[in-house]
Amino acid sequence: MEKIKVVHYINQFFANIGGEEKADIEPEVREGIVGPGLALQSGLGDDYEVVATVICGDTYFGGHIEDAKKTILDMIRPYKPDLFVAGPAFNAGRYGVACGTIAKAVEDELNIPVVTGMYPENPGVDMFKKDLHIIQTAISAADMRKAMPKICKLAKKMINKEEILSPVEEGYIERGIRVNYFNERRGSERAVDLILKKIAGEPYETEYPMPVFDRVAPNPAIKDLSKIKLAVVTSGGIVPQGNPDRIESSSATKYGIYDITGMDSLTKDKFMTVHGGYDRAFVLENPNLVVPLDILREIEKEGIIGELANYFVTTTGTGTSVGNAKGFGEEFSKKLVEDGVGAVILTST
Amino acid sequence: MVHMCTVVPISLTIGANRIIPAIGIPYPLGDPNLGEKKSKKLRRQLVDRALSALQTEVDGQTVFEK
Amino acid sequence: MRLELGKIKINDVQFGEMTRVEKGILYVNKEEIVKLVLEDDRIISARVELARPGESVRIAPVKDVIEPRVKVSGSGQIFPGTINKVKEVGSGRTHALVGATVITCGRIVGFQEGLIDMSGPSAKYTPFSETNNVCVVIEPVEGLETHDYEAAGRMAGLKVATYIGEAGKNIEPDEVVVYETKPVQEQIRQYPDLPKIGYIHMLQSQGLLHDTYYYGVDAKVMVPTFMYPTEIMDGAIISGNCVAPCDKVTTFHHLNNPVIEDLYKRHGKDLNFIGVILTNENVFLADKERSSDMVAKLCEFLGLDGVLITEEGYGNPDTDLMMNCKKVSQKGVKVVLITDEFPGRDGKSQSLADAVEEGDALVSCGNGNVIIDFPPMEKVIGTLDFIETMIGGYEGSLKPDGSIEAELQIVIASTIANGYNKLAARGY
Repeated sequence: MEKIKVVHYINQFFANIGGEEKADIEPEVREGIVGPGLALQSGLGDDYEVVATVICGDTYFGGHIEDAKKTILDMIRPYKPDLFVAGPAFNAGRYGVACGTIAKAVEDELNIPVVTGMYPENPGVDMFKKDLHIIQTAISAADMRKAMPKICKLAKKMINKEEILSPVEEGYIERGIRVNYFNERRGSERAVDLILKKIAGEPYETEYPMPVFDRVAPNPAIKDLSKIKLAVVTSGGIVPQGNPDRIESSSATKYGIYDITGMDSLTKDKFMTVHGGYDRAFVLENPNLVVPLDILREIEKEGIIGELANYFVTTTGTGTSVGNAKGFGEEFSKKLVEDGVGAVILTST
Repeated sequence: MVHMCTVVPISLTIGANRIIPAIGIPYPLGDPNLGEKKSKKLRRQLVDRALSALQTEVDGQTVFEK
Repeated sequence: MRLELGKIKINDVQFGEMTRVEKGILYVNKEEIVKLVLEDDRIISARVELARPGESVRIAPVKDVIEPRVKVSGSGQIFPGTINKVKEVGSGRTHALVGATVITCGRIVGFQEGLIDMSGPSAKYTPFSETNNVCVVIEPVEGLETHDYEAAGRMAGLKVATYIGEAGKNIEPDEVVVYETKPVQEQIRQYPDLPKIGYIHMLQSQGLLHDTYYYGVDAKVMVPTFMYPTEIMDGAIISGNCVAPCDKVTTFHHLNNPVIEDLYKRHGKDLNFIGVILTNENVFLADKERSSDMVAKLCEFLGLDGVLITEEGYGNPDTDLMMNCKKVSQKGVKVVLITDEFPGRDGKSQSLADAVEEGDALVSCGNGNVIIDFPPMEKVIGTLDFIETMIGGYEGSLKPDGSIEAELQIVIASTIANGYNKLAARGY
């Protein structure tokens, strides 16, 4: 049987080239195992073969991320690996970021399982935990003997397409991905336990820590509104009658951009809402309650704003994940900027 | 960007910087119960307030109540 | 207030000449049910079909699910203020046909109705794959206004459940459970050393298909109030909504509220269950502020040590949940939240739309965004015509062979945010 081919990524230190003074070496690839590759090979066993090791200086990687990523991917490709392992990087910050970056690139480009390992406070963890399985290690390389078997065990499960269990069971750092399971007891019963513990002052653990949301710095005020092109964006689910793009009533996976050229108002014969989170009766009767086109045309005529963009951008807000919404925003903002839009009114229901 | 929404606490939680409290979830910009004329007038006031917020410097999250 | 709940176990449902219960089998008279439903001239036709556990049956779009119950003794009748006259309920004796339900379905009013599979891999997500269901498929008159259609459907279900419930009146129950909560001062004196626990029950109240009724009053026009827990068991609260199907608190779930049930299980053992505070989830910010202020005031007034809070729906009601959590915590009362999660299909986004730092103890009822495959079923009760526009469905959800790919939230009560199910989400 042909062996499962593995490529391993390590830094200059673990390759025994040198410490900080050698951290600027450019990527190189060597046949077979180097340094911790020995532990990797023995942990994976005889069905696997570490065919190559890519080595790169941490400083070089950090200073030339895009170049390093490309060069390293080009070095890995000819080996046609089935599995990629980076590190483990323990608490080495730049090494962790390099492991995460290259592991994600390999996963995206080569579509093969990847595993790495880091100490929870390594900055690479926050950057890549959502994208990768990062085995939790101790702070220093003294933990190699314990960390590598965990990496190997998880990697083998991925190769065998076995179910990856919870972070505690597999030893990886929680990725912040919410996965369903059936508890032994129903929720209300667990809640009673939780309140009694909380009242008694005993330690208790929430099943979902409160979420944190991004912040952005406010943009400066607009100096001269009469020269600005204004656009409306809404999460109120306003779409042309018939919902041509089939935007969902909840948990939207798409947004629409709809033309309003020559219209003085959003009329109910042309527009409707598909939002599943509120009583639509009022908005079906008058869509201007969400996209105030009637007023904005007045304001445009009065010269208060320079011009109204000839379209509005729309999606359904209810149940739509921040991830999807962020993706929509990143995409349509480019168009808004290209079209010279200088200000946006965002309406929500 | 100015965010016009009813549930101001959500807008604050998710990080909008210029916020205009709207009327209600099923009719954020206007109030159909007042009749079309008054509802439209209310909408004009809200949009005017949004435009004035866009022209106001803010150094953090700001709710424009007036 | 003391209620004896007689549980009559139903293991099967059959059509019969007379609606009755015999040896654990519920027999229903189809014609009488149809006649009852057609008394409402907003409905032009009605069909009755049965769905039992394990059958290859899919029911959609489901509006409400109701457990048949009947008052045997004590003040008032079942569903006061809606089916019967307004009169205080919650004491005396009530019989329930446990294991039987009435399910209303028919073409959609909005997007919010859901589906139930009686077998297959998706059946485990809804409690109603394990009950013997009398499905009433209704057809409204042409052009009926949506609010009227919702009301007609809601009343049809309640009427049929009341009619079937009567069959349990003179049956000897398999089990009788006694629930009792005394007036607050007496209740505190009864177990002076146990922590005083309350339950804050947030009722959906956002308009069409998003309303709940307490003794007939629409929850959106009430201010928070206090209720004895047993009142709910006699139908003091009924559902007129399907927020998203997955977290709809059906009338069945009001009658069988799991938080009330589980607090009673430990009442007098390690806690003192003082009662229920009812509140709403309205569409105006001022209402949210007022209601949460009053909830906190009631907690303080009752001298509670801790409360459990349940939510119905997601999105803006997350704000009501968080306002209640914050304000109640600020009164020095400990809080545990029960809710479900919507972190996107990949599970990577934030599960809630709003958050406060006081929300440090939360019980998860699962991720409603997960995509589920529903294999075809031999029989469909209702119609699959609306699957792609129902919440949880999307373009391409319904396949030509009748199988469905959709988010879990399309399944009735699958992630119900009151802890009825064992489904939960955890971080991977």
